[in-house]
Amino acid sequence: MSGDDEVARLRQLLRRAAAKDDVDLRTYARRWPVPATRAERRARRRTLAWLGLAVVAGLCFLVLYLAWPWRYVPPPRQPSSGYRLYTPLLGITLGLALAGLSFGIITYARNFLAHEKAVQQRHDEPSPLPDQDATAVILHEARTDAGLTRRSWMGRALGAGAGVCGLGAGVAFVGSFVRDPWDNPASPQSPWHTAWSSPTGERVYLRRVTGDPDEVALARPGDLEPGGVLAAVPFRESERGDPDKLHEALHRADSPVVLVRLRPGQHVTARPGQASFGWHDYYVYSRVCTHLGCPIGIDEQREARLMCPCHSSQFDLRTGAKPVFGPAVRPLPQLPVAVTDDGVFYARSDFTEPVGPSFWELG
Amino acid sequence: MAEEPRQAPGTVLARPLRWAEDRLHLSAGLHAQLNKVFPERWSFLLGELALYSFVVLLLTGTYLSLFFDPSMTEVTYHGDYTLADGSVMSRAFASTLDLSFDVRGGLLVRQIHHWAALVFVAAIIVHLLRIFFSGAFRRPREANWVIGLLMLVLAIVEGFTGYSMPDDLLSGTGLRITSGIILSIPVVGSWLHWLVFGGEFPGDQIIPRLFTVHILLLPGLLIVLVAVHLGLVWRQKHTQVRAPQRTERNVVGTRIVPTFAAKSIGLFISVAAVLTLLGGIFQINPIWNYGPYSPLQGSAGSQPDWYIAWVDGAARLWPAWEITLGGHRVPAPFWATVVMPAAVFALAFCYPWIERRLTGDRAHHNLLDRARDAPVRSALGAMALTFFAILLLTGFNDIIALTFSLDLDVVVWAGRFAILLLPPAAYALTYRVCHGLQTGDRKILSEGIETGIVVRRADGRFVEIHQPLGERTENGEREEVPYAGAPVPRRMNQLGAAGTALPGGLLLPDPQKESEDLRRARSNEADS
Repeated sequence: MSGDDEVARLRQLLRRAAAKDDVDLRTYARRWPVPATRAERRARRRTLAWLGLAVVAGLCFLVLYLAWPWRYVPPPRQPSSGYRLYTPLLGITLGLALAGLSFGIITYARNFLAHEKAVQQRHDEPSPLPDQDATAVILHEARTDAGLTRRSWMGRALGAGAGVCGLGAGVAFVGSFVRDPWDNPASPQSPWHTAWSSPTGERVYLRRVTGDPDEVALARPGDLEPGGVLAAVPFRESERGDPDKLHEALHRADSPVVLVRLRPGQHVTARPGQASFGWHDYYVYSRVCTHLGCPIGIDEQREARLMCPCHSSQFDLRTGAKPVFGPAVRPLPQLPVAVTDDGVFYARSDFTEPVGPSFWELG
Repeated sequence: MAEEPRQAPGTVLARPLRWAEDRLHLSAGLHAQLNKVFPERWSFLLGELALYSFVVLLLTGTYLSLFFDPSMTEVTYHGDYTLADGSVMSRAFASTLDLSFDVRGGLLVRQIHHWAALVFVAAIIVHLLRIFFSGAFRRPREANWVIGLLMLVLAIVEGFTGYSMPDDLLSGTGLRITSGIILSIPVVGSWLHWLVFGGEFPGDQIIPRLFTVHILLLPGLLIVLVAVHLGLVWRQKHTQVRAPQRTERNVVGTRIVPTFAAKSIGLFISVAAVLTLLGGIFQINPIWNYGPYSPLQGSAGSQPDWYIAWVDGAARLWPAWEITLGGHRVPAPFWATVVMPAAVFALAFCYPWIERRLTGDRAHHNLLDRARDAPVRSALGAMALTFFAILLLTGFNDIIALTFSLDLDVVVWAGRFAILLLPPAAYALTYRVCHGLQTGDRKILSEGIETGIVVRRADGRFVEIHQPLGERTENGEREEVPYAGAPVPRRMNQLGAAGTALPGGLLLPDPQKESEDLRRARSNEADS
């Protein structure tokens, strides 16, 4: 019975150690006081099985990681290639290995660590008064001695010094990020203008978006069936053969427009002063939603509406793209266009109002 | 002064600890920590889920940062993903493709990281709901409520900056919307936009900036806040639910070493396991299907991650109201996407003080409320959850309309009515349910548990026999059991009417004597 004596003695020591921190071990019981029971063997087997899973799945993970084909295989051959399964297999094996490890640990803790119920006393009450007083007097004396009472000259001067230093540092930090949106209101980079403005007077054509960033395909009336729409960006002859400029036209957020061809005879009520902006049945609107700037990508031909895929604002093509449903307030700005003698569309000027989301200065 | 008797060899400090003790004399402080008692309750582990997802995020994120190149410089792609060969894209997008195709196992880590982000925010919110509905935010824990909410805000922003970095079509559209939201802020909007983006949208600054914010600034802040959060929990000790032996002045549970620690480590590895399985099996954010960002393209079904979708939903519901004042304009998105989230979080931050003002309860609380015992608080919580759920669903309203073949306009209008009508309805319903549950508990305490046994009395009446819960007093009367805020048993089996299961394997029970011996020995152990 000396084993039991030893257990009892250790438990006594443990209770004493717990009592040092106001912990009362109400229950502290070994799980298996009777040796070699079936229940204990079962618990051990369960624990070992989980940890065994960790070992097996971990090895599988290693082998798969190193040996499974992992290079990308493009679609025609992909379904029959092992590549498709590479990431799922890695995830499953590593996930199972981790699961085995964690369940092993938890099963062990639940079945083999002592069953314990401990009660600890809180000490939520404030520190003893002498301690509070000690802290208070130290801080009070420090403040008085340093002359930092509220209205002292040192307090004020220090406040001013630190405050101005902090202000300076803060302003300098924020200042490095400040850019003036309004410094050059005539520039295409200003909120008032878009890539369609032409400070040099060079003619700006409508270039169809074809998917090839280097291709220049100018929009022509014949490109559209009645009721059709296409996306376009600005193009100048000086940009021909210059990939940087051709790419930039596609990446500027304010340049996309949608060229719309209404069905013949469809009556359009233009917005005031914009009656001459279209060309026959063709109209060009900014493709940037006036709500939050998404591209107006959905064309509802039946109702002659354009819809924004983001927040479902809808614009009526029969009334100069005025919003008729959803959160957008402003109509899509219209680009005044015409067709050259060669039969290609060009912009007669920039938009006459800002494109995209509203802002404070818009009025 | 009498010295305490020393213990026998084998229980004295081991050598490494001896070494540390001689230099740092830390035993006195250390045993206080090792002896710390944690209450055991499943819902107390929700915060740990958030913590462990965060650890997974830090580990996977560090790995990803070694491969990702946050640059908006244009390149022509010639990588392993041959379908995009020759496409023009930013380095950010190209390096994300490389991470997914050229780096062995990179896609798994990317997907684990993204899943972990979704789970991280979800775990924080579920943890927050537990804290809210049980009243754990009350004095003395107001500071931790504020810190926790702050971490929620940071986690949401962290998630947003993370999924905005690959510069794919979906994230670019999200940034475009963010740009519009910033522009909508009155007075300073355009200046703020130029400050954040360095010019007109998109510019070439935003992704490098998001990167610094995502991998340095926000994780750093989060780590500090996590440390303070845990430090306060440690210092103030956990709350606990009401149950026998538990008082405002104690904690009942297990000491941190070894049981709690072992289970918590197990939980960490479990979280890692689930996230790994998710990342392996369920594809997430397949940017190669979306393609690089282009302001020309956008598609229906562009939904942000779920923790942002409620703001997107608000943008869809808010009517087309823009205010123009004296040559200036307050754009419509400002109310739905700036004021609304700010107001929601402001209310949440202030809630401990609002409740304190309304109830006049300034007491120190370590015991938790059951949700039914604080009906107004629970009803407010249900109202907030309903509000959030409607906005979240509205964030997906185009998909709802498509799936159920509904007119999108109808779904939008349904959302507009629902956001006004359903939260108050949820308040009323929850309030009533709480009162009903309270009444039910008190009825059981006074009348006993329904046994399901119906007998016929001598006078011909049928009555159901109730099992009273109070002890019988000396004069034969039943003791009145007062309601103590703890769960009340509702079925006889909870009192042990069905007996206990026999221990055994899958097919055979253990020999009766063995089980009986074990049971008796265990009960002796527990009593000794």
